[in-house]
Amino acid sequence: MPLLSVQNLSIGHEGQAILSNLNFEINAGDYLCIVGENGSGKSTLMRTLLHLISPIGGIITFGDGLTANEIGYLPQQTTVQRDFPASVREIVLSGCQGRLGFRPFYNHEEKQLAEENMARMSISQFADRSYRTLSGGQQQRVLLARALCATRKLLLLDEPVAGLDPKVTAEMYNLIRDLNREGITIIMISHDIAASVRNATHILHIGSSHFFGTTDAYLQSETGRQYIVNAGEADALIHESLHAEAEGGADNAD
Amino acid sequence: MLTKLMMYLQFPFVRYALIVGILIALCSSLLGVTLVLKRFSFIGDGLSHVAFGAIAIASVLHVSNDMLIVLPLTILSAILLLRTGQNAKIRGDAAIAMISVGALAFGYLLMNVFPTSSNLSGDVCSTLFGSTSILTLTKGEVVLCVVLSIIVCVIFILCYNRIFAVTFDENFAMASGTDADHYNLLIAVITAVIIVLAMNLVGSLLISALVIFPALSSMRIFRSFLHVTICSAVLSVVSAFTGMVTSILADTPVGSTIVAVEVVVFFLCWIIGAALKRT
Repeated sequence: MPLLSVQNLSIGHEGQAILSNLNFEINAGDYLCIVGENGSGKSTLMRTLLHLISPIGGIITFGDGLTANEIGYLPQQTTVQRDFPASVREIVLSGCQGRLGFRPFYNHEEKQLAEENMARMSISQFADRSYRTLSGGQQQRVLLARALCATRKLLLLDEPVAGLDPKVTAEMYNLIRDLNREGITIIMISHDIAASVRNATHILHIGSSHFFGTTDAYLQSETGRQYIVNAGEADALIHESLHAEAEGGADNAD
Repeated sequence: MLTKLMMYLQFPFVRYALIVGILIALCSSLLGVTLVLKRFSFIGDGLSHVAFGAIAIASVLHVSNDMLIVLPLTILSAILLLRTGQNAKIRGDAAIAMISVGALAFGYLLMNVFPTSSNLSGDVCSTLFGSTSILTLTKGEVVLCVVLSIIVCVIFILCYNRIFAVTFDENFAMASGTDADHYNLLIAVITAVIIVLAMNLVGSLLISALVIFPALSSMRIFRSFLHVTICSAVLSVVSAFTGMVTSILADTPVGSTIVAVEVVVFFLCWIIGAALKRT
């Protein structure tokens, strides 16, 4: 039985569908990347899978005893969080809120779980540091540790490498791949098509035409080839302009 | 000076004022941290203007107990403003500005068209900047205030982990099965109750100060949410007490004296924070 299966799903805001006719399945242990142009509805799809917004039509079924609030979610950072006074430990522990039920406070077991996940993400040494003083990569590790407190099975990641430098981006991808090898199913929104086809077992491409299948099948498909060529050209352009900027002696090359 | 203070403390109304003032300061500072972080620093200002408008309606209608109109209207506005949370269509600051200015203008208009007393500008001034009404509290009002404050504190402590989660990341909280709308509603209602209570103390213009200064001051120094919350409660109580005692001894207006103390405390915390960072 698949961990998550989606049939004939239509998604959008306030009754206005922006995507329809989505069909895909995820089995335990899969690594799925959701790719597509900006505005194609990737984030809306993720919010629908998380039950933050209700689908316009179609069915989402969870299998394997997974319930909707057993999903670990790594959202994009909000402006509120950047100067939020909270220690790393407090944030990671808040990942256990789904386990609280009607209890007002966290118990020993949950605090233990938070410590374990901090160790797993190698951020134990920052436990009492303030979140806002950490670097972008460290902050993402904190949020990942929090997501791990919420789940043992499925992680949903919304552009986990946005705004990170290349070295930290690579570390982040390794971290996610390791988690996947430990048996956690990954669903990730990504702009980085190269890294997506390198790491993912499955690709869901949404936009004018949908594609869902294994990464190999995606690379063979018309949609996939077209998208990768476009992305490649865009990448080349970005590199060119960065290069030109560097030569022009721009001082904001961070 | 101490003997003068002791003499004043003989009077029950001075003791009542101190009790009520400290409790209101405590409650407003607890929620202040959340409100400031949610970018709702101006909610105090906005809601107190709504309360001002509601008081105008109550006095025009000759309702004897104006709380019956003021509290429901303020709670309603608070819900409208806060409920929508991070996913609002009109962003928080614009919505607050709209409701606040609208209610203020409407209230003043009503008071002018249907004047109920000869000293209109005096009435308006005392509602806006706080009156001596904190020194004329009856025993019943004090009991009501104590009860409400205890309820607010207990709810805050019981919901502390949820309030933190919803403030830090509403989307994650909802994805983990926390009903963020519920907690936003709760925060809205408590905020409205505190603001209506606090109008007696500092008047509507200065309520924002009670809500934001302790939170901002403690954020200069502390790093974790728990420490910031505790520190802000302590600072708020200390400033309110100092401010009230000063105003009694120096015969200055209560509201603005408290706010002046809060401002001084903020700058002290800023300096301490900067010094700690350097070491």
